[in-house]
Amino acid sequence: MIALGRRERRGSRLGVGESRATVIALGTVAWLIGMLWIFPVAWTVLTSFKTEQDASAQTFHNGLTVARYSDVSHSTTGTLSLSTAFTNSLVIVLVSTIIVMLLALPAAYALAIRPVPKWRDVLFFFISTKFLPIVASIFPIYVYAQKWNLIGTRTILIVLYIAMNLPLAIWMTRSFFSEVPRELIEAAEIDGTSLFNQLRSVILPIAAPGIAATALLCVIFAWNEYFYAIQLNFAGASTMPQWVIGNVSTRGNFLAKLSAASMIACLPVILAGWAAQKRMIRGLSMGALK
Amino acid sequence: MTAAEATLRGRVGDPFSSPWRRRLPLLPALVFTIAITQLPFLVSIYYSFTNLKDRTQSIIPEPTKFVGIDNYKAIFNDPFFRQAMWTSVKMTVLAVVLSLVFGTLFALLLDRKFFGQGIVRTLLITPFLLMPVVAALIWKQQMFSSLFGILDKVLAFLGLNSVAWISDHPLASIVTVLVWQWTPFMMLIMLAGLQSQPSDILEAAGVDGATPLGIFRQLTLPHLRRYLELGALLGSIYIVQAFDAIDVMTGGGPGSTNIPYFVYQESIGGGFRYGSASAYAIVVVIFSIIIATFSLRVLSGLLKDEERA
Repeated sequence: MIALGRRERRGSRLGVGESRATVIALGTVAWLIGMLWIFPVAWTVLTSFKTEQDASAQTFHNGLTVARYSDVSHSTTGTLSLSTAFTNSLVIVLVSTIIVMLLALPAAYALAIRPVPKWRDVLFFFISTKFLPIVASIFPIYVYAQKWNLIGTRTILIVLYIAMNLPLAIWMTRSFFSEVPRELIEAAEIDGTSLFNQLRSVILPIAAPGIAATALLCVIFAWNEYFYAIQLNFAGASTMPQWVIGNVSTRGNFLAKLSAASMIACLPVILAGWAAQKRMIRGLSMGALK
Repeated sequence: MTAAEATLRGRVGDPFSSPWRRRLPLLPALVFTIAITQLPFLVSIYYSFTNLKDRTQSIIPEPTKFVGIDNYKAIFNDPFFRQAMWTSVKMTVLAVVLSLVFGTLFALLLDRKFFGQGIVRTLLITPFLLMPVVAALIWKQQMFSSLFGILDKVLAFLGLNSVAWISDHPLASIVTVLVWQWTPFMMLIMLAGLQSQPSDILEAAGVDGATPLGIFRQLTLPHLRRYLELGALLGSIYIVQAFDAIDVMTGGGPGSTNIPYFVYQESIGGGFRYGSASAYAIVVVIFSIIIATFSLRVLSGLLKDEERA
């Protein structure tokens, strides 16, 4: 009876036969943990609206202001302006993610829908490249990037971010593709649907949520990347993480400005992640292991 | 019917009938990955047998010459390298295990209906979305700092002595930040696992009078095992490469220099000795291959499970 009554309540499957008090108590615990986890971020948001004096003393005498946001976005102290860093990040992240997906989708097709012989070994190869420490290949890349005048360009970061995200993207899209019922593809084949149309009208609609989740993870990892960015890409082609770091000052108070810069740098990805969280969970459950 | 069977078995008129045509969609990704990840690695192996240094960084550039296995011999007499290896192991294991444990617990809490469920989930995933650099800066400047830090203010409020968090406990400080960021990722994977449980079985168990704890141990935990393994695998791939938090919070040091940071300092981070740094990197790769072999065995277990299912 109880179990049947709970059938409609999604996401409470473990709570079979629980008292109302338990439900409220566990809900409260979840809320407390949520507040604890968000606290450092929430505090930084608050700090970003303070004056520098209040921020450094962690006090709250002078009220809230958006002045720090305009300070950092018009800052002239560093060589790197917000608009330059933002444009660089945007271009690098979008171009690299689009190319990653263009490479990953056909590869996933060849691994899941019409598997090549030994597809499992091929998948292993892609994943195994993630086990190679980045440092093991960075010097040759650095030396050759120097030789070919690629240091300090967007191109070198785009290429490296594709390599960085491709294994994960192939792994995830392959699992989403393997969710597509074979009967649908075969039915489309019998109807004489071309390969391109099969992809467009049969496979992609079913795998779309998963593909979106995959692309989002690629965007997150590329937007937040810092190691390659500081090593290979300084001056004119610097990205957002470098711009944030540039707001750490050794002279004078900088905490409020740094907080404002941090929030500006993280906001795009945070908003995208918030909007797509359900899809991400569904994506992972749909095929993370298939 | 016969046409369907033909498509299934013989693939008559199938544009992908020849194996090479099937491989074609795979080639761009494969060629790119080999060119960008495998070729530089081969060059690294070559460098590791030379005394290559960055010419722009020295006053009198030394000619690059072949030094045999000298670089490798030096590694085994280097106590700092051993220390960095040990730090790497501790950092990765601690961060992966703790974020898996927290992630699982939080997922169990969130996989039930309560007021504001969606908001709490949103709060919890946010740290994973932050730039690692920003996460490290927030913790360094706002939480741990002896000048502005909240933690010291709380200690003072409780009448306790202040603690020099980062300088006295560098490893614990960095692991804290890593766990804070990776717990949400593990939580997402575990939530995915919980939500993929077939609910009719759970309901049947409930009707049959199974206790919540019994259901959890007999049904949920075995179902989650594969998701735990996936979380551990993905988590360790990323956490073993941790660089940002170390660079921002401590800039290296006895307790916090892990392998990536060590090799970085040896090479482009100031040493500019590409030859010997490559040798270090190759040794790390050999260790990684050993660890990866075990992990990939886990992975192949995952894929075989799927085939049986």
